[in-house]
Amino acid sequence: MSDVLPALGQVAILVTALALSTPLLGRHLARTYTSERHLLPERATYRLLRVDPDADQSWRTYALSVLGFSLVGLLLLHGLGRLQPHLPLSLGLDPLPADGAWNTAVSFVANTNWQWYSGEAAAGHLLQAAGLTVQNFVSAAVGMSVAAAFARGLARSRAGGRVGSFWTDLVRSLVRVLVPIAVLGATALAVGGVVQSWHGPRDVTTLTGGTQPVLGGPVASQEAIKELGTNGGGFFNANSAHPFENPTPVTNLLEIFLILLIPFAMAWAFGLIVKDRRQGGAVLAVMALLLGASTALLTWAEMAAPGTVPALAGGAMEGKEVRFGEAGSALFGAATTGTSTGAVNAMHDSFTAPGGGLTMFNMMLGEIAPGGVGSGLYGMLVLAVVAVFLAGLMVGRTPEYLGKKIGQREIVLVALYVLTTPVLVLVGTALALSVSPGVAGLQETGPHGLSEALYAVTSAANNNGSAFGGLTSGTPFWNTLLGTCMLLGRFVPIVLVLALAGRFAAAPRLPAGAGTLPTHRPLFVVLLSGVAVVVVGLTYVPVLVLGPIVESLS
Amino acid sequence: MNTQTLNRPAPAEPASATARRPLPVQLREALPSALRKLDPRALLASPVMLVVELGAVLTTVMTLVDPGTVGVGVTIWLWLTVLFGNLAEAVAEGRGKAQADSLRALQEETTAHRLSGRPDPARGSLLDQPAEVVPSTSLRPGDLVVVTAGERIPGDGDVVEGVASVDESAVTGESAPVIRESGGDRSAVTGGTIVLSDRVVVRISSEPGHSFVDRMIALVEGSERQRTPNEIALNVLLSSLTAIFLVVVVTLHFVAGYSDAGQGVLVLTALLVCLIPTTISALLSAIGIAGMDRLLQRNVLAMSGRAVEAAGDVDVLLLDKTGTITYGNRQACAVLPVADVPDAELADAALLSSLADETPEGRSIVALVRGDGTRPPVPAAATLVPFSASTRMSGVDLPGRSVRKGAASAVARWVEEQQGVVPHQVGDVVEGISRAGGTPLVVAEQRAGEVPRVLGVVHLKDVVKDGMRERFAELRAMGIRTVMVTGDNATTAAAIAEEAGVDDVLAEATPEDKLALIRREQEGGRMVAMCGDGTNDAPALAQADVGVAMNTGTTAAKEAGNMVDLDSDPTKLIDVVEIGKQLLITRGALTTFSVANDVAKYFAILPAMFVVAFPGLDVLNVMRLSSPESAILSAVIFNALVIVALIPLALRGVRYTPSSASALLRRNLLIYGVGGVVAPFVGIKLIDLLVSTLPGA
Repeated sequence: MSDVLPALGQVAILVTALALSTPLLGRHLARTYTSERHLLPERATYRLLRVDPDADQSWRTYALSVLGFSLVGLLLLHGLGRLQPHLPLSLGLDPLPADGAWNTAVSFVANTNWQWYSGEAAAGHLLQAAGLTVQNFVSAAVGMSVAAAFARGLARSRAGGRVGSFWTDLVRSLVRVLVPIAVLGATALAVGGVVQSWHGPRDVTTLTGGTQPVLGGPVASQEAIKELGTNGGGFFNANSAHPFENPTPVTNLLEIFLILLIPFAMAWAFGLIVKDRRQGGAVLAVMALLLGASTALLTWAEMAAPGTVPALAGGAMEGKEVRFGEAGSALFGAATTGTSTGAVNAMHDSFTAPGGGLTMFNMMLGEIAPGGVGSGLYGMLVLAVVAVFLAGLMVGRTPEYLGKKIGQREIVLVALYVLTTPVLVLVGTALALSVSPGVAGLQETGPHGLSEALYAVTSAANNNGSAFGGLTSGTPFWNTLLGTCMLLGRFVPIVLVLALAGRFAAAPRLPAGAGTLPTHRPLFVVLLSGVAVVVVGLTYVPVLVLGPIVESLS
Repeated sequence: MNTQTLNRPAPAEPASATARRPLPVQLREALPSALRKLDPRALLASPVMLVVELGAVLTTVMTLVDPGTVGVGVTIWLWLTVLFGNLAEAVAEGRGKAQADSLRALQEETTAHRLSGRPDPARGSLLDQPAEVVPSTSLRPGDLVVVTAGERIPGDGDVVEGVASVDESAVTGESAPVIRESGGDRSAVTGGTIVLSDRVVVRISSEPGHSFVDRMIALVEGSERQRTPNEIALNVLLSSLTAIFLVVVVTLHFVAGYSDAGQGVLVLTALLVCLIPTTISALLSAIGIAGMDRLLQRNVLAMSGRAVEAAGDVDVLLLDKTGTITYGNRQACAVLPVADVPDAELADAALLSSLADETPEGRSIVALVRGDGTRPPVPAAATLVPFSASTRMSGVDLPGRSVRKGAASAVARWVEEQQGVVPHQVGDVVEGISRAGGTPLVVAEQRAGEVPRVLGVVHLKDVVKDGMRERFAELRAMGIRTVMVTGDNATTAAAIAEEAGVDDVLAEATPEDKLALIRREQEGGRMVAMCGDGTNDAPALAQADVGVAMNTGTTAAKEAGNMVDLDSDPTKLIDVVEIGKQLLITRGALTTFSVANDVAKYFAILPAMFVVAFPGLDVLNVMRLSSPESAILSAVIFNALVIVALIPLALRGVRYTPSSASALLRRNLLIYGVGGVVAPFVGIKLIDLLVSTLPGA
């Protein structure tokens, strides 16, 4: 039981750090999205982009801006991938294939960072730095902007569907939040031993006397934003399991902290933006409750190590790094799937069967506990609307959330949002398992093969980006399928959320009376958690039964 | 008025008292209608039940091609699921049918005496104008008709001349006749009701086919039922749940195929029907119809379901003081002698002055002084001095003795005119009573040969109805603020408000003030309910989110409001609010129950589906169901039977006790959420025990 103490210790350190950072960063975020003032570098950017930072956009304009901006990013990234050999700093690598370039472009623009290729073997420094790293920043900023617009929509009253300016939100997310924290994070990681350099591969002499090329690069800088922006695309194929990306248990904990930092703080900021801190607290509590439960279960699954092989080996260490151990891998696994990060410091394919199932369930929750930067918040709030609808009926009033009545139009938008991801996951998985190019990518057959396909599609549709391992996904079929899932799984919900924000912003914000259902009490926290788990459970249990559940029970 | 005509025998059976037969009888009677509703076009409004019916068609075809015990069983129970849903709706509708039939009897065509030509001023009264006999269906708004005792009033309208007693029992269920007269707030008459005495001229206000009774028939039959906003929103949610489960089941077919555990269409259909929210979808329209019906049982006609739903959302309740919060007439509560007048002397004088006084105030003085409910006879020699607006006093003159009672200033003038002296003390007592919100009535007496003297003061007060304080406390617990509206001055109003326990007062209120108050509350985002009867209430009734017009009121008021209370009881608003809330709670509770049921159904069906391919899954068969076939059939049967089991609840509504939102949520989550998870485990297990005894299952 000597492992338990350090396992609890790292959780305690993490919780303390988050408890300190969340209110501080939350207040900063709330100011970022509500302040009237523009900073100097921001003014310069607005002039350069020729946008009016004080324009109050209708939700339609806001959504078109998001889509247009993302489309430009997608085309740029696609170009960088296809033209790689003709561009500087390419390290002599080949162009990406058409389907692969598309997949990668979608993947990074959609804040998913699914990587069908080995980072170090396919992407040169220019693609990594000017393409992928830039998208690591801006795709995260897009998510935060949409969440801010949604929070403002709820906060406003009779505002005619206006939700703020996308360009201002985007630039402020970058200038005031992501860039400064990423610089601090990168410095801390570099100090902790993560590599940061700009040269090509170096030959080193190994212990056995042979030579081996070892690639360095701007790892620490990409690592910081990879975690901070819940991106997850690793510099190296091995991702955060690679010693250059994540050398020690200390950097491991620091990376987990960076992953969870903004998603939790966004929830706090939400409370401040709607001028009711308790509402933010309740959302935060649901996120913490779900993440806490999944961390506990995952840690138990890995440390108790059920199954014959781990029992013989004395621990479920296959696919895990010795320097992190079971608990360090489980905590990272829960954080990376609970957010839409998708970075990994262990191979989820090699987690115990229930452990692997839990990481899938985390993603299936729709990345809300605490979810991706921004997307976690708006995903949770949409579920809150569902919970409020049921609960509101049960207290005998037309349901309302934060003083906004939930009518037919609102529930249509919410229903479409809730439908989108499950349809993508289930249809995608069924398709992959019934056609030969899909099945061809699977390493295993039977339940574990099913898990590999299910995990990949779930990860893509929920914009997580982590891979189970065992799946050869760099084929035209998988690149196209997963690219489609990532694209629709990101932007359909964004448009729906913005439409909902527009309706909320147009509606009056009614004062709360004694008959109004309070949405900040523990009862509502339990209800919302229950709705999340039950709705997701009912949707995915049949397919989970045939994958990880069968595996766990046999 | 001839009182003899008032005792007309055999009034029509009250509309609300239609006897309720036991549920099994109602179910049997509703069966033909339920079978007719199997027509898929009838199910278009409920996509969930349409999916069940399509599933039933599919399994029927499958079973015909390849018969088997499970196939037959599943097919039968799928059809029954649809039928049970239809049955629920048919029962709810059937309840209104009897009422509709009795109302239809009022619709029979009658003849009307329509005034012909322009009124001739020379003839004076409209009643003397020449009239022509026309069929009642030819009447148009604006026509003037004369109705004489014994005739049916040919259409809705207002009395413009004359006064008559009218039997409205067929509409209101109240057998005592009511007085309808021109002018004032008692002028509206309803087509189909019968004039019992006298003659009146009525100005018709409705087009044929659009009368009050027509609307009533449509409402009680549910034929004109429009789905309410919340119901539509809920239907969207249920449809999207159905869509998700459709995707789950269809994709499961392919995924299971990959896992070498392929499932037949029969089993997948059974799974789909068990998962989609059939329980709530089957009962949804029954809940809505039953809600309207519950209102009707309390003699409230809602002109739209939307209004009933809005009632559940009400934040502010505007109640008229008089007749709603207080009994509507001042009653004596104390007699206070002044100077050295003995109590008995004042009491005797007060009694004497009130013996012939038939006003409620006068009677209350007699009741207070006698204390035993008896009434001594009026002395033979007494000469009554009736109340007049100019003297503002009333009293009685006996040989050698005159007694007066009335407003303080009027009595003081009477005393002083005859050289009497009013003691200072009187002023103090009068002021004290006024301050407490009461009305002082000064009693003075003049004996033969003496100067008049003041004996004392009777304290009249507005008496708050019993139990109002508790009802307002209940409303407060529900989150509803009550505002008392009164024409009284602020002091009196505040005193009564304090006694009744209302939250706010609008004193010295004019109809404009009322309208402004409603607008102000609505701008603050609150929903307002009020009731009223007069024409001057009409704008406020129209403005309020829930406006309940009294049936005794004017046509203008009845048309402005969105509900009519046939009993004309303003406190009914509170019932209306409760029914509105109950309607929403029932829908929410059954939705939660329906979704929670799915957990157990998964535990029954999923192991049954896949245990052959993956024996390890037997662990999930926590109910230890006897066989995979029996498990699937039991889940389908449970799914169908639970609809029937919940029909009474859907018709009656979930029990509602006024309490805070949190308390309600906790209670309903516990019963319908947790209960919804547990109940099917028990139910499916019990059904499985029965099913497993069948051969071949």
